[in-house]
Amino acid sequence: MIADMLRLTIREVSRAFRQGRISPSELCQKCLDRIKKTKHLNAYITVTEELAARQAAAADERFRRGAPKGPLDGIPFAVKDNFCTENIETTCASNMLKGYRPPFSATVVQKLLDQGAVLLGKTNLDEFAMGSGSTDGAFGPVRNPWSYAAPYRDGSGAEPDSDWVITGGSSGGSAAAVASLSSFLALGSDTGGSTRNPAALCGLVSLKPTYGLLSRHGLIPLVNSMDVPGVMARSAQDVATALGVLQGRDVLDSTTVCPPVEHSDLLEDIDVSRLHVGIPKEYHAPGLSRETLAQWGRVADMLERAGARVETMSLPHTQYSIVCYHVLCCAEVASNMARFDGLQYGHRSAVDSSTDALYAATRLEGFNEVVRGRILSGNYFLLKRSYLRYFVKAQQVRRLIARDFAQVFRSGVHLLLTPTTLGHAPTHAHFIQEDNRTRSSQEDVFTQSVNMAGLPAVTVPTALSGRGLPIGLQLIGAALQDRRLLAVAGWLEREVAFPGIQLPWDTEEEDGERAERGQTAL
Amino acid sequence: MAASSAGMCTVVCNLNRQFAVHFPRTITQNICNNICSRSLWTSVPRYHSQPQIKKKSAVRELVGVVGLEIHAQINSSTKLFSGSQVGFSAPPNSQVSFFDASLPGTLPVLNRRCVEAAVMTGLALDCTINRKSLFDRKHYFYADLPAGYQITQQRVPIAEGGTLQYSHLIGHKQGQVVTKSVRIKQIQLEQDSGKSLHDENRSQTFIDLNRAGVGLMELVMEPDMQCGEEAAAAVRELQLILQTLGTCQGNMAEGQLRVDANVSVHRPGEPLGVRTEVKNINSARFLARAIDYEIERQMEVVGSGGTVLNETRAFDFKSGQTIPMRDKEGLQDYRFMPEPNLPPWWCTTVVLIDAVRERIPELPRATRARLVHAFGLRPEHSFTLVNEDGLTEYFESLANMTRAEPKKAIGWVIKDVLGLLNQQGRNVSQSPVSPRALAQLLDLLEDGRVSSSAAKTVFQELWKGSGRSPAQIVEEQDLGLVDDSTEIQRICQSVIDSHPEEVRAIRAGNRKVLNKLMGLVQKQTKGRADPVKVRAMLEEGTS
Repeated sequence: MIADMLRLTIREVSRAFRQGRISPSELCQKCLDRIKKTKHLNAYITVTEELAARQAAAADERFRRGAPKGPLDGIPFAVKDNFCTENIETTCASNMLKGYRPPFSATVVQKLLDQGAVLLGKTNLDEFAMGSGSTDGAFGPVRNPWSYAAPYRDGSGAEPDSDWVITGGSSGGSAAAVASLSSFLALGSDTGGSTRNPAALCGLVSLKPTYGLLSRHGLIPLVNSMDVPGVMARSAQDVATALGVLQGRDVLDSTTVCPPVEHSDLLEDIDVSRLHVGIPKEYHAPGLSRETLAQWGRVADMLERAGARVETMSLPHTQYSIVCYHVLCCAEVASNMARFDGLQYGHRSAVDSSTDALYAATRLEGFNEVVRGRILSGNYFLLKRSYLRYFVKAQQVRRLIARDFAQVFRSGVHLLLTPTTLGHAPTHAHFIQEDNRTRSSQEDVFTQSVNMAGLPAVTVPTALSGRGLPIGLQLIGAALQDRRLLAVAGWLEREVAFPGIQLPWDTEEEDGERAERGQTAL
Repeated sequence: MAASSAGMCTVVCNLNRQFAVHFPRTITQNICNNICSRSLWTSVPRYHSQPQIKKKSAVRELVGVVGLEIHAQINSSTKLFSGSQVGFSAPPNSQVSFFDASLPGTLPVLNRRCVEAAVMTGLALDCTINRKSLFDRKHYFYADLPAGYQITQQRVPIAEGGTLQYSHLIGHKQGQVVTKSVRIKQIQLEQDSGKSLHDENRSQTFIDLNRAGVGLMELVMEPDMQCGEEAAAAVRELQLILQTLGTCQGNMAEGQLRVDANVSVHRPGEPLGVRTEVKNINSARFLARAIDYEIERQMEVVGSGGTVLNETRAFDFKSGQTIPMRDKEGLQDYRFMPEPNLPPWWCTTVVLIDAVRERIPELPRATRARLVHAFGLRPEHSFTLVNEDGLTEYFESLANMTRAEPKKAIGWVIKDVLGLLNQQGRNVSQSPVSPRALAQLLDLLEDGRVSSSAAKTVFQELWKGSGRSPAQIVEEQDLGLVDDSTEIQRICQSVIDSHPEEVRAIRAGNRKVLNKLMGLVQKQTKGRADPVKVRAMLEEGTS
């Protein structure tokens, strides 16, 4: 019974709270137990057990009084460890920030806390969100829960510890937390695909909102002009519920915009027959797996059968997106990382022969090779002599990429349907054969251009591959069409009937409960 | 050294220059009619457009070229991108927000007041306000720059292309006004840095971030000046304008106004020479000295066949010299990049610019012109009034209340009121003698009820602040003019009778001796007799 609770949607849990069938504290404890059982996934860097218990108890009290705060009251959630959380360690999976406790919470975190949601902990990532595997952080790689689920295990002859697959990244910890049922909701950050990629590989729904719809205040930046907080959950409706709480202008982030007015958190029933769906032909990229291609075709057919107009489109500049992203990302990284000098917070080297020596040693010890590599290239791109050739050029191409999208949406297309990733999750052993940069440019190929253009996109799991691993597809919309995307995602969810995850620990728990019930009966 | 550099200034200034020298009358008309045609552009292009320099012998002589970069701290209660208070002498690191400390995840939020201050300053200096302006990051590592970059405006500043007209007084008794102008290249908004305090003994550095993030306007002036005195005059005028606008308090000693000078020398008609940047100047007087020293130094270098190094030099006010700074910055590549967290800032002409323009008060130049025009003051007096905070208003209310001529009133204001205030280190608002009291006193004088020497006594009495009116003081101390002609006649006659020698001299034609007799009469009347009457009686008695 309680194990099943972890599978419910947020709305169902909220109803169960109101009906008194379960209390926030009980559910919170269940999640904390699940976190312990799934510790080997390495999804969490910090588990805020005591705080969670206190918050859940406060939610208990509100439900007892019949005065819950809203649709997220008592709902357990997890936060990627690059969002500041007041007085809770925020590391960015970097030695540079180990032990750093920010004095304030990110706006999006604070909004969830203000709604009574229960913070379980901070999730693992690639150092400073630089990566696409969640394999390059100071706390080690994150394991994909589907590595332990029956469909994958049945087809694998090897031991789970030798052939586990990665979660994707960089928000892999958040994805693993939600996929392994230890959290109902997680915040990630998406700069080039960092929530959509792991969500697709872990069988989740994830929204990369329109740039500016959610505040970035308190999100430790990767690329300010592309970063957005992303929402990860197991259903489109769950994501929509969180979006309703999270979106909105923030005086502390000058790039935020006013959201379109919505009267309900409930997703509308969308009339698919009136949709005009574009299939960008450039997304037939080299390396696209046969199975993902098949899913792409299947869903396109599904939409067409439902009456939607499905047409091939062209986004001619998308192919330049990755190289252009590389330049802009490194440039901003070089700039954003300049503040980590060991003087005020974070790691400080013992080398103190001079201030310059202190800076150099601190940054060498604090940052991994990926971060240092990007800082180095970024500084090169920003040099006076390189600026026009690299940075300005990349910005110009970025404008062309955005214009491609704008033209497509102006022509009457409501949304674009694309793959989210090239294929299902690779094994860790395979993934680490190439370096971070190579992998990032391979993995971000379908997701990245959306960040260039600041558009909303949502990934929806559609099926398990032959190897028993999730495959996701991406829907891209025009700016501020986030809700419509989620509505279509909700329709798609119902049509494809993606299977829920079955983990070995579920059966253990269920057995235990059955035994308990049996004893009671006796 | 100081003396020789002061001398150098004159030499440098006068080289090949056609001064727009206006004698008081000329300037009066000039300013009144708001004609700027006589003001002098000393811009560099001028040398190119006027290649035929009049004095042939001087063609090969070196002249100084001076441009200024001025950082003016915006007078605002909060910082440029955060809500932290701005205040001086607060305990170290007590006015630091999370953003000021560059904690990761914090974002800049533009302070409207700072934008308005820059727009207002730009408008007052006849700049074009850019409809759209952008912010950039300028990167360098320094301990008091916690983000590793400064947010500034490298590409599109808030205002561009203005003019600062400034005047200075020269000649005998400073009676000549020279008006010139310097082009303002741009005004940009940027963040101030924190402060580093180095403890050399313990080789430690202490960082105070109170100043980090305070809004600055950087004003870049084109190299249109030729010597220290011009630069100092330009800075003083700017200081007055900023103070009048209220956009900067303008105190150089407190660092609210920081001036760096770019100095080079060249021969007119030739390209500009290699320039040095002179820093560490904390008063207008030192600015003039530093620049003149630097010009002279560079002239010596070039004159002896050497080359001037492109370097940063600090002014040492004790020795009056500029010395090379240890090159902490070197030739840096600042790796400028657009600030991604601040959207382009759009300035709408309708709402903001016009609203700001309406709030611009009368600027010092206009005030001086008005004083000269409306009250017939001498230009140097208008300078004195405008330079002293509140003195113009003091004078104006005095002039409006008294029947005395403004030309008479100005003497009292400058010599007596300002003289005593300066002596006692007070400012105008602390004057014990109000414009009203002074007006009453001047009226008594005007009406012939007190003599001018008695009036001074009354003024001294008023200064003590007893609260009594001038009329009361005159009455109580019996300082009124002796009206009784018989009495004056009697005193005059007794003086004539007791000084036969002098009377003889007068009768012999030495009229000057009459003054001695007048003095004796006034001594007996304690200065209360009308000098005109006395003179008439004495003349009659000695004829």
